[in-house]
Amino acid sequence: MSTTAPAPDAVATLAARSLTKRFGERVALNEVSFELYAGEIVGIIGPNGAGKTTLLSILSGVLASSSGEITRTPRETGWVPQQPALYSQLTVAQNLRLFARLEKLADPEAAVQRMLRETALEDRADEQVARLSAGNQQRVNVGIGLLCEPPVLLLDEPSASLDPRQRERLWEFIGGLADRGTAVAFSTHNVAEVERYASRVLVLVDGELLFGGSPAELERAVGGELRDLEGAFVRFLHERGH
Amino acid sequence: MSGSSTNAATDAGPVRWLFVKDLQILRRSPLLVGLLVVYPVALALMIGFAISSPPGKPKVAFYSGVAPGKGRISFGNQQIDISRYASQLFQSIQAIKVRSPAAAIDLVRKGDAQAALIVPPDIVPQVQSLVTNGVGNPTVQLVLNSKDPLERQFADQAISSRLGEVEQAVSKQVLRVAIGDLQQVLNGGTINFAGQNVRLLGLKVSRSIVEGAIASLPRRSPLRPALRQVVGFAGLAIAGLGFASPALGSIATPLTVEQTQLAGRTTPTDAYAVAIAVIVSLMLLALLLAAGLLAIERSENAYTRLVRGLVTPGRLLTEKIALAAACAAVVSLLMAVLVSLFVSLEWARFELWVLALGCGGLAFGALGVAIGGLAREVSAASLMALLLSLPVAFVALVPASAVSGGVGTLLDVLAFVFPFKAALQAASNAFSATSPGMLGPVVHLLVLAAVFGGLGRLAVRRFA
Repeated sequence: MSTTAPAPDAVATLAARSLTKRFGERVALNEVSFELYAGEIVGIIGPNGAGKTTLLSILSGVLASSSGEITRTPRETGWVPQQPALYSQLTVAQNLRLFARLEKLADPEAAVQRMLRETALEDRADEQVARLSAGNQQRVNVGIGLLCEPPVLLLDEPSASLDPRQRERLWEFIGGLADRGTAVAFSTHNVAEVERYASRVLVLVDGELLFGGSPAELERAVGGELRDLEGAFVRFLHERGH
Repeated sequence: MSGSSTNAATDAGPVRWLFVKDLQILRRSPLLVGLLVVYPVALALMIGFAISSPPGKPKVAFYSGVAPGKGRISFGNQQIDISRYASQLFQSIQAIKVRSPAAAIDLVRKGDAQAALIVPPDIVPQVQSLVTNGVGNPTVQLVLNSKDPLERQFADQAISSRLGEVEQAVSKQVLRVAIGDLQQVLNGGTINFAGQNVRLLGLKVSRSIVEGAIASLPRRSPLRPALRQVVGFAGLAIAGLGFASPALGSIATPLTVEQTQLAGRTTPTDAYAVAIAVIVSLMLLALLLAAGLLAIERSENAYTRLVRGLVTPGRLLTEKIALAAACAAVVSLLMAVLVSLFVSLEWARFELWVLALGCGGLAFGALGVAIGGLAREVSAASLMALLLSLPVAFVALVPASAVSGGVGTLLDVLAFVFPFKAALQAASNAFSATSPGMLGPVVHLLVLAAVFGGLGRLAVRRFA
């Protein structure tokens, strides 16, 4: 699993520049810029309403930004929404096959078999999604996001509904992807997860990107005497009036 | 990336795969799909049956005080059996014959009969007196159950209309006898009187005889002026009675109704009922399917995944409309084919059946996606579709003459902006070549499909 920051001369897999999103008078995102590099895992944290889901929705093409630009098209990014976006009446294989066809993959059936292997769901291929556990549903959800082997994978609170064992398995899977060069960005309220799995952290507050760096850098930014990232994060917010 | 390259063989369009996916989802829920098909078909058939079937005969307790064989009245040299006309009455009612007026009333009171018809014993002498002397009051008693106003009205109408026919038939018979007697007074003939055939001279022959007698008398005979008065009277009587016969004949058939159809060829009632049944079925199926299938995309959170480059919202909506229209059209077409075994529909226009149901399905499907887009949740979409469909059918079926001007205009506008009326016109025309033709309703349906599809497109903006 990659835990190191990108090299200074690395080429960004995805770059977001001055992304702004307005809903009427309200500014949900304000001039947010950052890069994602191959093989890194970036955690996006922030209080409720900070704009985390809005940012990921814009990067994935679900929402259009009011201004700003992104260097990847939606078809080049894998998208894993917070709630599994699956057809519960269909089987695991039918869900994967449908999206493989919609992605216009050269060999949809091969992609289905590959994803069943990677998500370790080969023996559940013909089972209806509605009968799977939340963890397995999330695996299918992630699998669909990865069907076209995207260079960037975006996940919105991917472990929110999972128990610890399911979380562990999910992060093993995501870590494996990063090891193979996929750039991963995820939003979460679980700061410990960021500390454990992310190589970089973005702190988003009221639509503004207040911090971008490694977890250790965030701890140092608030004095470094705190033992965990969560404490550093809370102090960081407090020092900035939140 | 290697996996995302496009292959011509699989580039058949995302709509095809969404179509397959929706059919797989439907196949997973056979009970729901069965209900979705059976419910509208059963409802539609019930509506069609209710419209096409004449109301059944009301149960009427019947008491006649006239003894068997005693129903004859004499009129001149002829007799009329008025009890013969009772059988006409029984064509309209389901008669329960009882032995007394009290028993008849008791049946009505207990609810075993909707009405009681009591013919008193003096009906024959009363009719005889009326016919012979012009004095009489023949009266039958009708007792109605007042508990159910609809049943009361139904029984009242069935009996009253038939009694009117009986009354007219009797008067017609009496007049026929009267006209025959007048003819005999004019022209002479043979009548039966007290079992003996008696020859009547007739006014015309009498006048000839008297004129012959005058001619044979001496010119100055004192009888001549008196006999000339007799001849003059006979002439006047012949002329007067000559006019009287056709006048009486016209009274015997007092009213002739001539029907004029201003709106071109009208739909036979049975074919119209079939059209209503088929369109009700088409409407329910297309609305529920389209609304439900679109709402599923939102409920399953799949909509955002689909529209981020895999398929455009417009194509997604088109797929829902097309699938709902196809399924609804196939089911309603099968229904029409089955019903055509019992009701005469024009098979030579089968391609127009397909056109009418296809276009109707598209319009209802588009309305369905607009509902699904607004509701966003499957159960809410289904409920909205059901709640909307019945008023949509209702406003299209209310006759313009049944409501006041302002309300009628409002109903006309509502019927115009929803697809039921246009679909019904198209189906009626397809089934029996009625007015208006196919073009107007079909264009109307396609415009409505485009409008509701556009509304659906606006509504799904809220899905993201």
